[in-house]
This record gives sequence, structure tokens and C-alpha cells, in this order.
Amino acid sequence: MADHKDAIKENSMIIQKEMLAKQFKDLSMATELGKKVVYTFVPGNLTELILSFDMLPVYPEINALQSGMRKKSAEYIRDAEKIGFSEDVCTYVKCDIGMMLNGNIGPTGEKIPPPDLLLLSYTGCFTFLKWFENLERLYPGVPVAMLHTPYQEDGIMTEDQINYMVKQLKEEVIPKMEQVSGQKYDHERLAKMMENSAKAEDLLVKILESAKNVPSPIDAYFAGVYYIGPIFTAFRGTQDAVDYYTELWNEVQERMRLGLGPVTPEGEIKEEKFRLVVEGPPNWTNFREFWKIFYDMGAVIVASSYTKVGGVYDLGFRHDPKEPLESLSKYCMGVYTNMNLPQRVDMLEKYVKDYKADGFLINSIKSCNSFSAGQLMIMREIEQRASVPVGFIESDLVDPRYFSYANIKNRLESYFQMLEQRKIILKQEETTV
Amino acid sequence: MNKYYLGVDLGSTTSKAVIINEQDEIIGRGITNTRSNYSVAADIAKDEAIYNARFSILQKNIQKEIEFSPEFKKYITDLESVFQYEQFKVRLDRLGEELVKTCNTMFVDEDKRKTMLGHLINIRKAFKPVIKRDYLYNNLGSKNQFFRDIVSEKYNEEVNKLEMSLFEPLMTVWDKSISPAENERVQFNFKELIHKAMDELKDKYKNLPDASAEDTSINFDAEMNLLKGKFDHVSDSLRKHIDEIADLEFNIANMTGTGYGRALLPFPEDCIRSEILCHAFGAHAVFPETRTVLDIGGQDTKAIQVDKYGLVTSFQMNDRCAAGCGRYLGYIADEMSISINELGPMAMESEKEVVICSTCTVFAGAELRELTNLGEKRADILGGLHKAIIMRAMSLIARSGGVFNEFTFTGGVARNPAVIKYLAQLVKENYGDNIKINIHTDSIFMGALGGAMFARRNIAVELPSAKKNKEVA
Repeated sequence: MADHKDAIKENSMIIQKEMLAKQFKDLSMATELGKKVVYTFVPGNLTELILSFDMLPVYPEINALQSGMRKKSAEYIRDAEKIGFSEDVCTYVKCDIGMMLNGNIGPTGEKIPPPDLLLLSYTGCFTFLKWFENLERLYPGVPVAMLHTPYQEDGIMTEDQINYMVKQLKEEVIPKMEQVSGQKYDHERLAKMMENSAKAEDLLVKILESAKNVPSPIDAYFAGVYYIGPIFTAFRGTQDAVDYYTELWNEVQERMRLGLGPVTPEGEIKEEKFRLVVEGPPNWTNFREFWKIFYDMGAVIVASSYTKVGGVYDLGFRHDPKEPLESLSKYCMGVYTNMNLPQRVDMLEKYVKDYKADGFLINSIKSCNSFSAGQLMIMREIEQRASVPVGFIESDLVDPRYFSYANIKNRLESYFQMLEQRKIILKQEETTV
Repeated sequence: MNKYYLGVDLGSTTSKAVIINEQDEIIGRGITNTRSNYSVAADIAKDEAIYNARFSILQKNIQKEIEFSPEFKKYITDLESVFQYEQFKVRLDRLGEELVKTCNTMFVDEDKRKTMLGHLINIRKAFKPVIKRDYLYNNLGSKNQFFRDIVSEKYNEEVNKLEMSLFEPLMTVWDKSISPAENERVQFNFKELIHKAMDELKDKYKNLPDASAEDTSINFDAEMNLLKGKFDHVSDSLRKHIDEIADLEFNIANMTGTGYGRALLPFPEDCIRSEILCHAFGAHAVFPETRTVLDIGGQDTKAIQVDKYGLVTSFQMNDRCAAGCGRYLGYIADEMSISINELGPMAMESEKEVVICSTCTVFAGAELRELTNLGEKRADILGGLHKAIIMRAMSLIARSGGVFNEFTFTGGVARNPAVIKYLAQLVKENYGDNIKINIHTDSIFMGALGGAMFARRNIAVELPSAKKNKEVA
């Protein structure tokens, strides 16, 4: 992802890079390979289903974040605003539209082909609907398939909701896919892929939960975004993903055996001073700078909600080969941003406790309503329930105009000093008691 | 030897320094405007705090005498003012050199240069005695007492008296000269300067007309009268004590730097601390029941929640906009061509606050003019503006979790009576009648005080709770 010459790389990172390179190569040659292209989103994605039709998925928000990391987003956003997108529109959308206006060149420098199908499989984010309406206009005549995902308003997934989802898959999504790909739906093939999905999901959970160790061998946010890459995007259900997570898990186990801290672009963290749980996506335009503020202070993110946007596997969900369509339905409804606020608070509280965190931090994103709505309430609840100092910073996904390094550093420094003093005090209280 | 602790708060608008003794008592305060050279601003604040501390120690040393002879106290207060004037004179000379230098490089034409130099000399001649009188007779009052502000106001006044064509060149000379002059640290010899001040003071009292003076420009008071008769006696009996404090070796045992510019302070890294923590710590130390702190500074507003130890549990700051900060008031004052210190009292006269919708500092200026055109009263507009600031602050407080227990208001803006009025009103409306609101006279120094307190406790070894526990044990 953010390639810097001096960045320290592990084997799993190299594998992931190769996987992505092949993916974008295939996309650039989609016509030659005779493959159809499906644009879809990460939360509640139907990757196995897409792959079972031999189609290639494209994730516009991943392209947007990649553009952010490659310092292209400012220009793309500017171009989208030029054609009339307001300053308040989600910057992922504007970055993606801007990229299209500039020839749709992807992160590897290769052209991303236009969509053969627009698959909106998650409706928890209202912006997604509007985003695809815009794409429909930009690619006139392209078929659209929409899967309406019920929001978990009551915090439970009912039988009716699952049936409703399966019905839509059978009557709307699968027929559109058959039509676009020219292939028949292959239930056995989908089930087989789900075996791989579940295997990779098991491994991912082990990797993320390794952060329960003190000190943690991983950073579950800044490095975590790399760890979730393959499983949240085009590789869930593939043997490649299983291989990648096997390698990564081996590396993490080795780190635990050697008692090593998380890997950062400047080597491993020598001393874990603070353990944090972070809510909200990271900023992509200044990702390395942002991360550096944390690792320079010895702050390790032990759990994050962002690494659950493409599936909350650590709460137990697995894709199930025995009931592929039902499990896809449950998966879509169970992603983090589709959970109601009490569920989110419960999960984050559990993280603070299970991962022995010293603090809870929110990076509130200007662009993202799905994430940001309710965050202050979440913060208050966590502060009261888990009795840890809470912090709040603001930035944006890919609009560099909303990343103020000085402000963020100032807030974070204060926050780390808060945590430090608290540790001293609590220690003194312990010894005096 | 007594140990002292220094806290320096390098804010966006003002730089503050506080010196405390081992009993956590403030014995020295220093404040100056922050300028491009942060380190000079910090040094000036620190020097001022040390001078001020010497005067406080002097008062402490002769506390008994003061109790019986109030004229002693009057002498010391007067002396400190004159001492400040002595420093001012040195700075003014320094600025004078810079003005001449600029003039010489700016005007190539000999005649023009001479004319300009002539104007500069006249300007200086005109305002120097006024400033002297302000210092000597405590006429500066609530006015801003920073060198830059005082001189710039007078310079402006004088330039405005001259013909229009001179305005631009003379203001350019000013702009080019003030920066180098104020970004240089002037070192003073305390003893030398205080002796000069004593002589100056002697002249003042010698030339003072008798009590029932008709000259109303001098604020005659009973104390002044009291001192007049006994001046030589007081002066002679204090000389020894004054020399003592002038020779006192000032031992700063530890220090803490805080504020926006803290990273630029010439302090060791472990002596640098976040201003959020310092403000909270200072406020909590002064008012231990405080659980919510609001700090309105020059460029930021902070709502801070603290626990029983004075430690911050959460905070919120304005990230995207400066409306609601001290600078907002500064901007409005500029727009209205009045001094920032006059804003609050003027707003207090408001009978009904005009609703100011604008949440943007710059737009508020336009709104202000529009409302004036519509015939709204100045006081009512100002009332509305002050209320708008507090409404912004209330939203920040709500974001940080609300108001609990005792509520302490700190920062430079806490000196503004209208801000206090609306704060009290809105806290009551939002959080009920039971909230106690604390505002300390040293509210602007709270960050520096917190810093000094951290320095004294050397936080890693001794914290308030540890001290309390020790006492209990």
C-alpha cells in the first residue's frame, strides 16, 4: 500500500503486494481475459459470489484510499468539486469520481476497466446509494443490482430478515450476475469457496486476537489495515487468502515467541507504553505521519473497529459452506457499521477490557456519517463503563485539507501525557493501599 | 536556600510565566505578547516573573513593617511601576535605534531622510512624557501593558496628527522596526535599574504638589499623601531590604514549559507538558473540587474534564474554527476600533442581546457592520457577540461530557465581565443552579501555574495524591 523505499517489509507484506499486483493486472486485461467486472463496496461484500461467476471485483472505496495514500486524492477531489460535488460530500466518492474523470488509473498505474455490473450489496451507508447513482450516470446503460441490507436497529438478526436477504440474492442479485457473466449460478462452487473463507477468517481472528498479549506483537489498526486487506476485498474465498493468512499467522506467532513488538515502517516498537482501542477509520492522506505519532510514543493499537468494517469475525461469525446464501446474508447484516449503537458500544467496551487497553481513542472522520454519527455518545459510554481516559481527534479519509498535523499531534501528545500520568497515579494508589 | 519553580505557558497570543515557592504560592507573574521569536517571548515573561518575585519577596520580608506602616507598601507598589517604566525606557531606546536605522536605509534622498528623522524625533518627544506619566501615576489602568501595544498606540496617535502623505512612509518605518526590536531580548541589571527607579520615584514625590491639588490628571489618593510626607524616611529604611532582594540569588529548582509553542522552548524534553494538562492541574490545585475546566485562550477553547487527582480524563478543543476564542474578541475590537479591554464593559450595558448567527470570526465582522447599519445599539450587538462565544463554548463543554461538580473558568478571556455574565447564565440554564463557578484573578496564568506545580512536584516522584496520603499516614 503506502510504499516507501525505507519501509521495513515482512514476507506476508510481499505476498500481499504480489496478490494485489496480479489483481490489478487481471483487471487491466479483463477484456483480453474475457472477464466481467463488478464494482461493489467493502462492507457487506459478496466477493465469493462474484468470484464464483469468474468475475473480477473492483472496490471504489479501496481505490479512493489508495489514491489518498499515493497523494493523488487532492487532485481527484478538486476535479469532482469542479463538476459540482459539494465540499460536504464524502471524500471517498469525490476521490473515486475524480479518478474516473482522470482516466481511471488504479494504484499500480494500470487502467481499471469500466464496470459490467454495479452491485450495491450494502445499504447501511446512504452515501453508497447515491455513489452508485452517480456511477450509473457516468457509465450509462450498465446493469445495477441492489441488495437491501436491513439495519440492525434492534440489535438482533431475525429469521425474516435473513429470508428477505436470501430472497433478494436469489431473485435480484444472482439472476443479474448470471445475465452479465453468462454463467449459471454454481452452488457447489460457492460452498467450496466458503470453506476457504472460514479458514482465512479463523486465521485472521487469531492474528487480531494476538494483540491480547502484553506486549502485543501487532498493531491492530495501522498494521491491521494491511492485515484485513485480502479478506475484506477480492480474495475472500480463495486459496491465496488462506495462504496469505497462514504466512501472516506464522509471522505473528514467531514474533510472540521472540517477544517482539509490532512492526512499523521504521522497525519494531521497542517498548509498548500505551495500549489503545481506536474507533473510526484512519486518515489515508497522511497515513505514515499519523502512525508515526503513535509509534514514536510507544502507543500500540490493540483493537479497532475499523478492522471490522468488512466483517466482525472475532464475535464469532463465519461463512458457512453448508448454507452459503444464508451466511452471505448474515455477513452483510453483521458488518460493524450495520450494528446499532448499543452493539457497537458493547463491542468496544469488550475490547477495552479483553485487550487490557489503557485508553480509548476516536478518530472522527468528517466524511463518514456511518462511522461518525453517535461517536460522542460512544465515547461517553466507554469512559463510564470501562473507566479509561478517552480521546477525540478529527481528520478525514482522503481529503488532505482536513488533516491538520499540528492539531492532531497536539491533541495526541496531551492524550498520551494524560495516560502516562494516570499510570503513575494508579501505581501510587496501589502502593499506598 | 529557598527553592522556586517556574512554569512558562507560551500561548498563541500571550506568553505567561509563573514562579511558585515550595508552598505552591505564586510569588512571581510575568506576561508578554507572543511574537515570532518564541524564545524571546518566553524569556521576557520569565524575566518579568523573576522581577515580580523579587518584589513579592521584598513585601514578605518586611511584612511586619507593612502592617504598621501602610506607606511602605505604597512605596513598593510605586517602585515596581517605576521599575517597569525603567525597563520600558530601555526598550524604547532600542526601538528608537531601530527606527533610525530603518529610516536611513529606506530613504535614499538626504532631505527626505532628514525630514523623516525629524518627524520621528518629534513623535518620540510627544509621547514619551505621556507614557512616563501613565507609568508613574498608574494611569495605565486596565489598558494592555505590553510594550508593543503601548508604543504602537501612541505612535499611531502621533502619526495621525501629521499630514496624510506622511502616514504610509511612517507606518512602514514602524512595521519594519518593531519586529527586530521586540524579537531581541534586552538584558537588564536589576540592581542598577532599581536604583534608577528609586531616584526617579524620589523626583516624583519631591515635585508632587500638595494634597489638594487642582491637577486632576494625577490620581491623588490617601496613600500617596501618606507617603509624600514620609518619603525620605521610607526610602532610607527600605534601601537595605531592596539591596538584599536585588542581590538575592534566584534559584529555579525546576521548570515546565507548556502552551502551543512549548516544543520550541529551550527546555529539556521532560520539562515540556501539554497545556491541557497544565490548565487542568492549575485549576484543580486552586479549586480542588473542580471537575470541569473551561479555558478560553487566544486561539483555542478547551473543555476539560478532570478527576479527583486533577488528572484529565477527557478534553475537547475547537479544531476547525477560531470563532469563540480570544482572538475573536480581538478581531471585533479591531473592527470597532476600541481596545479589547473595553469590549466586556461595553457589552455589560446591553439591554437585549442581538442574535449573532455567524459562527465565523471573519464573517462576524461583516455581520457587525450590517447590524450597525440596521440601527442596533453597539452594546446590544456586543452583548450578542459575547453570548455567541459562550454558546460555542457550551457546545464544546457538552461534547466533552458536560459540567460536573465545580466548574472553573481559566484563560485570558476569563477577565472579561460580559463573558463571565453569559457563562454563568448559560451554565445555570443547562446544568442547573447547583454548579459552583470558580474564576480566579490569576485565570490567565492558570496554565503557567499548573506547569510550575508540575515542576515542583517533579510529577513522577510526587503527586498531590501521594502528598495527601503521606499526610494521612
